[in-house]
Amino acid sequence: MNAGEELRRANRSLTAKLLLCVAGSALFGFALVPLYRVLCEITGIGDQQTLRSAVQVREVAQQGTDMTRTVTVEFMTSLPTVGNWQFRPAQETMAVHPGKLYEAHFIARNLTGHDTVAQAIPNIAPSQAASWFHKTECFCFSPQSFKKGEERVLPVRFFVDRALPGNLDRLTLSYTFYDLSTHVAAR
Amino acid sequence: MKMKKSGLLLSGLAAALLTMVAPTAQAAWALNMTQGISAISRNIYSLHMMVFWVCVVLAVLVFGVMIYSLVRFRKSQGAVPDTSLVHNTKAEIIWTAIPIAILVVMAVPATRTLIETDDATKTELTIRVTGYQWKWGYEYVGSGVTVLSTLDRDSNFARQLGSGIDPNSVPNYLLNVDHALVVPADTKVRLLISAQDVIHSWWVPALAIKKDAIPGFVNEAWFKIDAANTGLFRGQCAELCGRDHGFMPIVIDVRSKADFEAWLRTQKALQQPADAAAPAAAPATAAPASAANAAATVRAAPARS
Amino acid sequence: MAYTETVDAHDHHDHPPAGIWRWLSTTNHKDIGTLYLVFSGIMFFVGGAMAMVIRLELFKPGMQFVDPAFFNSMTTVHGLAMIFGAVMPAWVGLANWMIPLQVGAPDMALPRMNNFSFWLLPFAFTLLLIGFFVPGGAPAGGWTLYPPLVLQGGDSFPMAIFAIHLMGASSIMGAINVIVTIMNMRAPGITLLRMPLFVWTWLITAYLLILVMPVLAGSVTMLLTDHFFGTSFFSASGGGDPVMFQHIFWFFGHPEVYILILPAFGIVSEVIPTFSRKPLFGYEAMVYATASIAFLSFIVWAHHMFTVGMPLAGELFFMLSTMLIAIPTGVKVFNWTATMWRGSLSFEPPMLFALAFLFLFTIGGFSGLMLAIAPADFQYQDTYFVVAHFHYVLVPGAIFSIMAGVYYWLPKWTGHLYSMALGKWHFWLSAIFVNVLFFPQHFLGLAGMPRRIPDYATQFADWNMVSSLGGFGFGLSQLLFPILIWKCVRGGEKAPAQVWEGAHGLEWEVPSPAPYHTWQDPPSEAQIAHGAEH
Ligand code: HEM
Ligand SMILES: [Cu+2]
Ligand SMILES: [Cu+2]
Repeated sequence: MNAGEELRRANRSLTAKLLLCVAGSALFGFALVPLYRVLCEITGIGDQQTLRSAVQVREVAQQGTDMTRTVTVEFMTSLPTVGNWQFRPAQETMAVHPGKLYEAHFIARNLTGHDTVAQAIPNIAPSQAASWFHKTECFCFSPQSFKKGEERVLPVRFFVDRALPGNLDRLTLSYTFYDLSTHVAAR
Repeated sequence: MKMKKSGLLLSGLAAALLTMVAPTAQAAWALNMTQGISAISRNIYSLHMMVFWVCVVLAVLVFGVMIYSLVRFRKSQGAVPDTSLVHNTKAEIIWTAIPIAILVVMAVPATRTLIETDDATKTELTIRVTGYQWKWGYEYVGSGVTVLSTLDRDSNFARQLGSGIDPNSVPNYLLNVDHALVVPADTKVRLLISAQDVIHSWWVPALAIKKDAIPGFVNEAWFKIDAANTGLFRGQCAELCGRDHGFMPIVIDVRSKADFEAWLRTQKALQQPADAAAPAAAPATAAPASAANAAATVRAAPARS
Repeated sequence: MAYTETVDAHDHHDHPPAGIWRWLSTTNHKDIGTLYLVFSGIMFFVGGAMAMVIRLELFKPGMQFVDPAFFNSMTTVHGLAMIFGAVMPAWVGLANWMIPLQVGAPDMALPRMNNFSFWLLPFAFTLLLIGFFVPGGAPAGGWTLYPPLVLQGGDSFPMAIFAIHLMGASSIMGAINVIVTIMNMRAPGITLLRMPLFVWTWLITAYLLILVMPVLAGSVTMLLTDHFFGTSFFSASGGGDPVMFQHIFWFFGHPEVYILILPAFGIVSEVIPTFSRKPLFGYEAMVYATASIAFLSFIVWAHHMFTVGMPLAGELFFMLSTMLIAIPTGVKVFNWTATMWRGSLSFEPPMLFALAFLFLFTIGGFSGLMLAIAPADFQYQDTYFVVAHFHYVLVPGAIFSIMAGVYYWLPKWTGHLYSMALGKWHFWLSAIFVNVLFFPQHFLGLAGMPRRIPDYATQFADWNMVSSLGGFGFGLSQLLFPILIWKCVRGGEKAPAQVWEGAHGLEWEVPSPAPYHTWQDPPSEAQIAHGAEH
């Protein structure tokens, strides 16, 4: 009987420990979401999220311009749905010098037939370039309100880091324009 | 004894089945991939063949020893077990070290090829590739020319459930499109691959390029086709993307640089007036590739409107 | 029935309650093992029937029988049913039956949880299979459940997610039970390094399960909230990333494939020595190799994603780490071969299946090595070459070793010897047809046929027809298996305690059939020594 009691207690305590492990791995599963971003940054995979936040203008001044090097930046737009928006870059490409601040424009027009709000999601190719592409200002930092039928020019101010690896000579900045009203309605 | 007989019987049966099937053969019984049409694709092909032969040699050695043991150490032949043979440090070190060496030998060229595929500098032309359920859209960046590429009509009729049309009567069944992607040979072309709805994957075996097309994200790939390798090359979507995943082929039409330039100029002239008149025209609908939109013109501007 | 009762009860109620209630309420490890194994067998045939539909549609080019959407449901549910319904429950069933016998324990450590974890499974799979009858049809986005495609699913989507939660909960409970049993219930004298390899590999498998099943549960929960509650973990529109799902999924998925195969290594490590009449070569090396495979399985996941557009550093890392796995795997294959070397071999059905495992799993290992080479994988990824690879490791790998285990221990379970002739027929038909079925798929993949397609270009027709014929042959041959088992349950020559001449281990120290309660009193040192020698 005593031996049995003891075993039972041992079983219970080991079970409890293992359940803790299970809870730990479940937490870890969810923690992988933020960890993924951190890992992307550390490993140089490039954290696309950084494209959604601003760096300070003075960082540009600190870097100084590298006039000896030219990098081509391409601009690209996508829409997840068809027919209710127009969205295009005002310029297809720009030749830029690392360390210098530039401004590019995109043109969006609301054809949804009502007032609405849209959010642009940026992306850069190749993905690792995200670490060296900085914006001081961008229309994607916050949702944009549009009146029915309104057309607007949307600016982005950016510079390419002087530390951009030499094997990259062409970057593509792309935006997908999500209409938040249809987005919610689709749920 | 009995076991051997049934084994023989069965392998005979299998062989008979094989010969029964053979006469119906219409195309080659292809066994391997092709070398492809670019330096990279040939590199990848030789990498594949190298690893394959390493595996064959290892298989012959390992299976050889196994088969030898099966034959030599049979109880029915009076084999007596050597129960002391449970450990042999020297052998164990050897069969750990040799595989490591082989792996290193394979890793070196693999790494080299990987680095080579990664170098997308000095490209001369950029083409945007967009996956839709279930077709491909292409856009020549800079010239505004767009191509919408759907399964061709004949395949599409034949592939309907119970269509009664013999696929063998359809040329390039399921591998043909209404409008091919025209690309120049001897030019370093960069692809920007994305998707509108779900994940697709753009795969042309002859280029050894397979890159996922992911909504909201842009992937990069590049190729440079040998000047001599003009012609049509075919591929398919390689990521399950819904009902008609098997029916969104890719055809590339490789032309000489000059021919390509001429084609692009013509297309530009054809598409420009349409664009000016109705900038939001010709939406790329997400409807299944029906015969109707298989006939859609190249004017459709997939991602613009 | 609480554990203490089992131990203390001197009134050995060797006769279980009769009727259905016995099976619903049982906490006996042998009964539960049987339930798991029967359930696994049923799911094997359910999943197999779907495979037959797939091979029928692919028999020749053109769409003959099913709609493409239904075809996608077939491949998806076939994969889920085979992995979570056939292979994993079979392992848990074998663990239930054999681990207490092999470590000299009277039962599993947590008998009530044991009952509960089994009875979750029928509910889980009913939920999954009901999907065929709801609007939108059964899940059709692939067993890998990639968003955004999986979010387009109909009403069956939340049902499938819930089913996966139930299966996951069941496996986690099964794993906890195995660990507690092995750690706390071993008979005195059975030290860790005296445990049979089946017990060892299961211990490591159980830890893998505990570490990764909750991650799968988390990732599918995120799918659910993305679909119903407006989160956007995996949707670019809200700043999420669909590729992140693939990372999380394969962080679970690669260890999962080792969960499917490690217990197979254990079975083969018992069967080959028995029929070679020689102890396993390099016992400790086997344990360490298993542990290092388990460890490596956590750092290779993105080899399933070489084409998603990872930067160079990522591709290199995952290529090299994947190649490393070949080393401990090679050590195992060499040790099994060395076990047969200078042995005294006989070829009863368990040995035949173990030998087929040895040859054919090795072929799957070779194709795995090819797939590990990232640039070459650009060509193999998502083609029939991959289909051939994972079927070689799963069918003649996992399934054949489950069969080896069943043929090995069946006389111990039923107390009857089975028909060796029928077993050999089953083996030869399976071994031949499995190659006719899967080997040509290597050629198809290399020639450019993508996977998960219901119809194909005519140049793929020949090998597809061969593969389908092999498939039908393989499917039909499997009918022999339940027939043989049924006959063996019903009667046959009386089996002795020591069924196989060269068998080691404590399970052969109890009579055949194993009584309802065994090792109420722990095995004596003499029995342990005898079992170890044989
Ligand atoms: C030498 C050991 C192995 C190596 C190097 C290896 C390597 C790989 C690689 C690189 C892939 C990805 C292929 C692709 O999608 O392009 C893969 C797929 C797969 N492997 Fe293995 N593998 C090995 C052993 C195993 C084992 C033991 C199992 C399971 C029993 C297994 C099951 C699978 C499965 C199920 C897939 C496909 C998953 C899917 O995409 O649906 N592999 N393997
Ligand atoms: Cu697809
Ligand atoms: Cu894997």
